[in-house]
Amino acid sequence: MLHLTLFLAFAVVAVAGAVNLLAQRHPINSALSLIAVMAALAGEYLLLGAEFVAAIQVIVYAGAIMVLFVFVIMLLNAGVEERTNGSRVAIVFGIPGMLIGGVLVAWAVLRSSGGEQVAIGALPGPPAEIANLLFHEFLLPFEITSILILIAIMGAVVLASKPQAVQKRKEH
Amino acid sequence: MVPLSYYLVLSGILFACGVTGFLIKRNIITIFMSIELMLNGVNLSFVAFAAHWHALAGQVFVFFVMVVAAAESAVGLAIIIAVFRARETLNADQLNLLKL
Repeated sequence: MLHLTLFLAFAVVAVAGAVNLLAQRHPINSALSLIAVMAALAGEYLLLGAEFVAAIQVIVYAGAIMVLFVFVIMLLNAGVEERTNGSRVAIVFGIPGMLIGGVLVAWAVLRSSGGEQVAIGALPGPPAEIANLLFHEFLLPFEITSILILIAIMGAVVLASKPQAVQKRKEH
Repeated sequence: MVPLSYYLVLSGILFACGVTGFLIKRNIITIFMSIELMLNGVNLSFVAFAAHWHALAGQVFVFFVMVVAAAESAVGLAIIIAVFRARETLNADQLNLLKL
């Protein structure tokens, strides 16, 4: 019962944050509601016994990635978004379409897997076991992600630097 | 005990909100945040299935999704900065030329 209450509390926060992300027109408000969604999801991960994932959710997602977003919003001085013809068409067709799709998916999921239960705490997810998986079974993907991160860093530096700087670097 | 389907429905709602934001938002930063919301919804279903099938590999996959999301947001935000420098706008409707 306690678990269900906690699940519902975190779920309400997550869904409210997601809806607020859509409703707000200023990007900084959307970013802050996305942080609320991520914090609520960290709570859900704790309920599922995934402490490691909850920790990296807060540190990497709500911490690093969202700081990057807020930083870029402040850097570009992003203002309130404008409404155009395109956005009106998107609202008219997008929201009803997504509602219909969501109801269909929820109906299918609830109908097909209604009785099964997630045993809370039955799966201990200590970092040691995850590390064991990560460095044995998933060693190759892990190494490939390190190369991906390296490429992403270099790409970000090249893309975000000023054109004149790139020109100067070419001349040298 | 919370049924698996509740987690899946929550993850579906978050994913649907992400798709809706992707469709109706006109600010490219907000569109980008909607993509992050979709990734979060998928992560929740990964963890829920990992708990349901007693397979820790699901949590390892969430780790990989987060790594790729971090790389993606770094490159994406750099692209947004470059586009803003060239076009002086963040409105997706006005970004209709491929050349800078």
